[in-house]
Amino acid sequence: MADEKTLEQRLRQQGISRRGFMKFCAATASMLALPQSAVPAIAEALGKAKRPSVIWLSFQECTGCTESLTRAHLPTIESLIFDAISLDYHHTLQAAAGQAAEQAREQAMKQFHGSYLVAVDGSVPMKDGGLYSTIAGVSNLEMLRETVEGAAAVIAIGTCASYGGLPHASPNPTGAVSVEELMASGEIETRPLINVPGCPPIPVVISGVLAHYLTFGAIPELDQLKRPKSFYGDSIHDRCYRRTFYDQGKFAETFDDEGARNGWCLYKLGCKGPTTHNACATTKWNGGVSFPIESGHGCLGCSEPDFWDAGGFYQVLSEPTSPLGGAAVGAAAVGAAAGAAVAWQNLKKRDEAREAHEELTVDELEKHS
Amino acid sequence: MAGLEGIEINSEALSGNVAPVLHEISALLKQLLHSGEGGTVDLHSLPLTPDDQRLLRRQLGEGEVAATLDSLGRSEIRETGITGVWWVSHFNANGELMAEFVEVTAIPEILKSDPADIEQALLTIEERLKF
Repeated sequence: MADEKTLEQRLRQQGISRRGFMKFCAATASMLALPQSAVPAIAEALGKAKRPSVIWLSFQECTGCTESLTRAHLPTIESLIFDAISLDYHHTLQAAAGQAAEQAREQAMKQFHGSYLVAVDGSVPMKDGGLYSTIAGVSNLEMLRETVEGAAAVIAIGTCASYGGLPHASPNPTGAVSVEELMASGEIETRPLINVPGCPPIPVVISGVLAHYLTFGAIPELDQLKRPKSFYGDSIHDRCYRRTFYDQGKFAETFDDEGARNGWCLYKLGCKGPTTHNACATTKWNGGVSFPIESGHGCLGCSEPDFWDAGGFYQVLSEPTSPLGGAAVGAAAVGAAAGAAVAWQNLKKRDEAREAHEELTVDELEKHS
Repeated sequence: MAGLEGIEINSEALSGNVAPVLHEISALLKQLLHSGEGGTVDLHSLPLTPDDQRLLRRQLGEGEVAATLDSLGRSEIRETGITGVWWVSHFNANGELMAEFVEVTAIPEILKSDPADIEQALLTIEERLKF
């Protein structure tokens, strides 16, 4: 449960010196994309921060977001979870089960009414009375509704809670919706909402949002999709170390050609970096080791809405990724002859390549599939 | 094929982003000299390849001072071959790198003893003098 001691007092109690605390603050500033000149201010604010109660609700999800959080590489994740916040309910991590677990949630809601944070991962099923996902016999919608009512703010963690995610993917069998949709439709109370999308989100982005709340006592500046700008302000492409090759027109055409070996841009292999806003290119994964593009695969765009239904992962962004709709049919008919000629050229190229045993690019193959 | 070692990968992947970083360090050094106020380059948020990082380290070289801090994991604070330019790496308790900076300063702030810690230290030594 939350107590009255400040973060700095608790760290001192554990024998952590001011230097250790300043190191924590320097890393926090770096994580929040704040200048190091802001470290003294962060130290003062974090030093005085009281431990807020956090209730974490998991709905239609895969537990990937929790897996991600527990691998955060802040000084120690324990120091964040157990010292900086009071995680009063998380049915995957908590020791209590059954009625005792639900009582912990109810007690936190009562004791910290109006000041606790709600973290949600997973989407909420609305079809057939929400019977596709229930906890302790309570539908996800009902549990979210009663928990959000007394919350200071809500953090939607992961693409499922932010936009519906994979459960929302066509044909959306459970009628999955996001937290934001539920607020907009009036199904739950409207509270300050932060979307932290990603499949899963980068661990330090999750803990960074919590650190920002602790530091400034308010939610961070958000973009139009309610994502914190400090992490989602730039596109993957803008911050990608391979961007320079894009600018030079150097592209990998297949996953095993000379360009791929030279680490050139993966745009032609379907990389969604230019339309995806996230911090992977700078924060990276697995303790800062690498990120998908550094490992040789294009970005899938997992922090953008409906990424699962946005066409093939290996289709180049500038090409149409879905069949043309009714309104476009007329225009398509005009271009049909030209299209047929291009298609024939492509088929010819494929046959020639097959004869010469050349590698075809994935997008070339998709044109004919 | 003997494992992953058999796969040929070009190790030299430079993005061309090292030169701008060196220019920024140079500007901060000039500022430090004239106004006494340096600054910090946060390497964490820059699009540098591993080869860029190695090149940057090579360009800055090794200096005379190296300090280690053991608090919430290890930290390495090393002066580079360019006096007044320090390479600061903070690791967590698991040895994973969590923040890395190039600090342009006469002495990194984190090395200085904090007044609150000194105050506590005085109480400690006074206590010991009672015996």
